[in-house]
Amino acid sequence: MLRLVNVNSYYGLVHVLKNVSLHVDKGETVTLIGANGAGKTTTLRSISGLHSVKEGKIEFEGNDITGLRAEKLVRLGIAQVPEGRQIFRPMTVFENLELGGNLIFKMHGKKQMKAGIDEMFDLFPILKERQEQYAGTLSGGEQQMLAIAMALMCRPRLLLLDEPSMGLAPLIVKEIFKTISRLKEDSDLTVLLVEQNANAALKIADRGYVMETGKIILEEEANALMKNQEVKRAYLGKDQREIWEK
Amino acid sequence: MNTGGGFSDFLQFIFMGLQRGSIYALVAMGFNIIYNSTGLINFAQGEFVVLGGLMMVTLTMTLSLPMPVAFVITVLFVMIMGILMERLTINPVKSPSVMRLIIITIAVSIIIKGLAMIFWGKESHFMRHFSSEETFEIFGATILPQTLWIIGILVLVVICFILFFNYTMTGKSMRACAINRDAARLTGINDRNMVMLSFALSAGIGAIAGIIITPIIQMDYARGALLGLKGFGAAVVGGLGNSLGAVVAGILLGVIEALGGGYISSHYMDAMALLIMLVVLFIRPSGIFGSVEASRLKEF
Repeated sequence: MLRLVNVNSYYGLVHVLKNVSLHVDKGETVTLIGANGAGKTTTLRSISGLHSVKEGKIEFEGNDITGLRAEKLVRLGIAQVPEGRQIFRPMTVFENLELGGNLIFKMHGKKQMKAGIDEMFDLFPILKERQEQYAGTLSGGEQQMLAIAMALMCRPRLLLLDEPSMGLAPLIVKEIFKTISRLKEDSDLTVLLVEQNANAALKIADRGYVMETGKIILEEEANALMKNQEVKRAYLGKDQREIWEK
Repeated sequence: MNTGGGFSDFLQFIFMGLQRGSIYALVAMGFNIIYNSTGLINFAQGEFVVLGGLMMVTLTMTLSLPMPVAFVITVLFVMIMGILMERLTINPVKSPSVMRLIIITIAVSIIIKGLAMIFWGKESHFMRHFSSEETFEIFGATILPQTLWIIGILVLVVICFILFFNYTMTGKSMRACAINRDAARLTGINDRNMVMLSFALSAGIGAIAGIIITPIIQMDYARGALLGLKGFGAAVVGGLGNSLGAVVAGILLGVIEALGGGYISSHYMDAMALLIMLVVLFIRPSGIFGSVEASRLKEF
């Protein structure tokens, strides 16, 4: 469904993505794990069109989408939940959802948009309670749910999630990951999940990539990655020692 | 002249201030619309006002079109100029930095001024008032009906403005773009179209300001700079980006100017607005109604 071939990206002169190649099949949940600054977010931003790709190719459903602008890609079915809960804070929850649904509004009219918002209220009942509140006054977890709901309002086939667990309490992280798995069951959504919380991400993913300083260094089934010594030591933090330490 | 003494003089100044202030408020709103969507100060804002006024003069006085028709045509004409400005000079810039774009707007203002001089000449243009030119008296203050037109149209524009930005999808999309551009694009909003639209709207508001003030000040091609500067002052005093702040600050500026001109010296009338702007910048750089926190995060 999604295929990146030797993608290179820069921030000014800094070479951030170095020949990144990865693919996501239809219906899969794939996670991209790695430390801070490894280039995970840049990978997502390159896919969603927020960051321009210098070299390489990105394909979505067989079409070349390299260099298309973000607002175009949303129409093709790629929605991104950006890092750090990028919602419109000075606007109400309801207005945020309306904006998320502005494409439905343009193509199918107000009724369909309202129906979409009602679906989101079913999925996240807390948002219904808070619909008149300003989005900036929501708790972190609620803001993350709103951000996910806004992306879902674009009716995507591929959902890019950027660190949904960032800065949230463990219990809320659990709830959000549960929601993501539930979404997967109810629809044929494909998910590419970027996470620092490798443990939680690998639990719900089918497959995983490990990224380090702009390169993809490992690709394996999620279960296998969980058991991988090196991954355990570096990202799962399970009190592992390197061989020479023993 | 009136001999009513203290109170009627005061009332006279207040009405004069409201009239001037309404224009500043409109110009300031124009600044804010573009500032919110792009983060830049459009120094051609005053030129939109001039174009509005001069075009209206041509349509009503030379071509003798009825006022309402001329009004609509003029606003549309200036809006198209705003769109052209954005498409030809702002949109094609490869690596836009705020500073670079601001300098471009200064260049555009000079070009528009030059063109206006070629088409309309250097002399000031007289225009008929909207309705009667007979003054009437309220508590001893003499008032032109045009003053009421100006205040009324300001109120109408503000109401339309509020309705547009709060109740239409396009208005909300523009706000979303101003708040968080990347997030807006991820919901499928085309940010470039929103920027174009903001230039159109801001030009339209400028045109309205020009149309309503021309019967009183007699428009000429060089008026843009001062009008723009005063409007900019109002936008800064109200807190850049805060449109209701701009309206209040614009009115306030106009009234203080009129009172200062009336009671202190009319020579210093134009200096009053700038003096107030300086004081505000020294004491509260984010503007009277601006958020201190937000201004720290702004680029400019």
